[in-house]
Parts: sequence; structure tokens; C-alpha cells
Amino acid sequence: MDYDFQFNVIWQNLDLFLWGAWLTIQIAMLATALGLVIGMVMAGLQSLRNPLISGAIQFYIEVIRNTPFLVQLFFVYFGLPSLDIKVPASQAALLALTINIGAYATEIVRAGVESISKGQIEAGRSLGLSGFQIFTFVILKPALMTVYPALTSQFILIMLNSAVISTISAQELAFQAKFLQSRTFRSFEIYLFVTLVYLLLAYLFRAVFSLIARLAFGKVPAN
Amino acid sequence: MRAFDFTEVLIALVRATGWTVVLSLVAFAGGGILGLVLTMMRVSKNRLLQSVSRFYIAFVQGTPLLMQLFLIFFGIPILLGFDVPAFVSASVALIAYAAAYLADIWRGSVEAIPKAQWEAGTSLGLSWLQQFRHVILPQAVKVSIPPTVGFAVQVIKNTSLTSIIGYVELTRQGQILNNVTFQPFVIFAMVGAIYFIVCYPLSLYSQRLEARLTIEAR
Repeated sequence: MDYDFQFNVIWQNLDLFLWGAWLTIQIAMLATALGLVIGMVMAGLQSLRNPLISGAIQFYIEVIRNTPFLVQLFFVYFGLPSLDIKVPASQAALLALTINIGAYATEIVRAGVESISKGQIEAGRSLGLSGFQIFTFVILKPALMTVYPALTSQFILIMLNSAVISTISAQELAFQAKFLQSRTFRSFEIYLFVTLVYLLLAYLFRAVFSLIARLAFGKVPAN
Repeated sequence: MRAFDFTEVLIALVRATGWTVVLSLVAFAGGGILGLVLTMMRVSKNRLLQSVSRFYIAFVQGTPLLMQLFLIFFGIPILLGFDVPAFVSASVALIAYAAAYLADIWRGSVEAIPKAQWEAGTSLGLSWLQQFRHVILPQAVKVSIPPTVGFAVQVIKNTSLTSIIGYVELTRQGQILNNVTFQPFVIFAMVGAIYFIVCYPLSLYSQRLEARLTIEAR
């Protein structure tokens, strides 16, 4: 092995990586938030118990869960222009990520809703709580507590998975690596550094999420 | 640009699916062997072995598979001094990836076995390896099958990422066909459908095994 490792390229372009990491965090947060909205709408629609609607939602979930994200991304990114809809790579990527997360979020939200038994709501009513109080303290808070660990894992998975969108040149952390290695040919050093940044981000967010849990629920939910 | 010939496209895609399946099998078999070693290290009594295994699993689970692929793809030529075919890089990366996740799944299965089972082994004068092999493993395997089958779906889906380092499997073939036919919706819907046909039965099977295990546990 007579390879001369040169990490100078990292220190010289630190601002580029920081910018990329910030974009990755933003994308992960935005996609998770939008995915949760989809999840709530889908879970709400499923509770109508209309076989047609429930069937369609089930189909959506199974298709997303049993096909690679990369193919979903290509479907959206290359497919939309053929419908004469021109969107930049970043928006196509966000759309694909959101559709993907929506399927997983639907399952998570459903698990949360199902964890609340009807008796709890009736108990709240018999105690004279208002509708808003029942929703906040009897339904929302316990449901969130139940799904919080799953939500945390999902968020971190999305953050790691979002590296894939660099393939369609959507700007984020992995794309900065791709861009820089094409100019400097220091591929290994750059990817090693970026991999470690992802690892750091994953740990950072795990810590932040458990801190939030401690503040909001007064304890760390079991994972 | 060529005229779109459905049969021609389908045949090319099905052929490429073969390469997806081959890579998945290699990743799963290799990952299974390395994963078993990591599992044994993780549940062993040696602190150092435990830490190495734990660190490895945490590293793989905390970083994107795409970055792992690139590290292997660019790292192997540095280490060996010459380039290797994309299939080799892809296999090494996916084996390393699958091993970490399988080890984590299997660690959970081993830990689900009551500690008294180990102790019973000790009282019978069995060595650690004998206890693991003859007492713990047969029981742990049963618990581990549903999540292991479920993870197989992840492996198959994730082989799609190897298209990025130039391994021609189903997704890469879809891209190539899209470049000559300009029918992205049709091509990628077909690619997605093939993945679905391969993965969905496995997902169902995993769910069914899981349900059966839950009933038995009651």
C-alpha cells in the first residue's frame, strides 16, 4: 500500500461540508414533518373503514415498503419531466423522500392511535375535561410517547437514506463529497470524512431526541 | 432513441434481476457468516470482543450504506494497488452491511433466551462454545427467523444502490433502458414491479412467521 493520504482537501473545504450537513438536516426534518402529515391523513382515512380507501392506502404502503427508494426516486425525478412538469432535483428528491416516509409514518401513526383505548377518552370525559384537554392530554401526549422511539429511529434512517438523493444531484452532504472528489480526486479521504460526519449527526440527533423526550414526557421512552 | 419494444425491455430487465438476486444471495450468505461471528463476539464474556462487535455494528448502522459503498469502492484499490470488478466491491460492501444488521437482530434473539439456559449448560459442564452451539442457538434461531426474513427484503432493496458504483443489476439496467427509450414511467414502474414481486412474498412470509411465533408464545 503506497497510497499517500492527503486530508488537506478536507480542512480547506470545511465550509462546503458544513453547508452540506446543514442541508441534510433540513431535508431530513422537512421530509419527516411532511411524511408525518401524510401519515396522519392516511391513518385518519383508514379509520373511516371504507374498504376501497383502506385498500388503496394498504397498496401504497406495501408498494413503498417493497421497492427500493432509489427506484422511487428515479420514478419521480425522470418521470415528472415526461409529464411536462419541470421540477429541480432538490424538489423531486424532497417529493420522493416524503412519499417514501409517508408510508412508514402511516404505520407509526396508526400504532400510536391504536395504543389509546376508548376507555381513556371516556374517563377523561367523566372527569369533566374539555374536548381540547382530552385531545391534548389523553390522546396526543400518550400516543406521541408510544411512537416516539419509532419516530426517532425513522428520522435517523431518513437522514442516512437521504444520501441517496445525491445521485440525482440534489444538494446535500453526500453531494458535496461527490462534487469535491470530482475536482480533487481525493475520493477515499473525502468519503471517509463525510461518513464520519453522518455518524456524528446520527449520534447528535439521538442525543437531542432523548433530551426532548426527557423534557416533554419526563422520562426516556424505552427503545 | 429506439422504438419501445415491451418484450425486449422485459427480457432485459428479467435478465438483470438475475444479477440482483445473485448479489442478494452473496450478501446474505456472507453477511450471515460474518454476522454469526459478530453475534458470538457480542454475547461472549470477553469485554474486548464485545466492544469491537458493538463498535462495528454502531458504525454500520450509523452511516449511510451509500457512503459505505463508496468507501469500499475507493478503498479496495488503495489497499490492493489494483482495481477490482464492481461486483466484488458491491459484494464486500453489502456483506459488511448485512453482517452488522444480522448481528444486531441475532443478538436480540440470543438475549431473548433466559439466562438460566446458559447456567444450566454451565452446571452440565459444557464449555461456552458448547452452550452457545447446543443450548442457546437452537432456541434463538426460532425467534430470529421472522426478523431475518424481513431483513432479506432490505438487502434485496439495497442492492439497488450498487448501480451507483457501476454494477449492472435491475436498477442500473432500468436506467440504461430509460436512456435509450425515454419512457421513464413505464421503465421504472416495471423495475419497481419486479422488485415488488421478489420482495412482497418475503415480507408476507416474515409477517406470517411473526404472527405464528406470537401465538405460540401465548
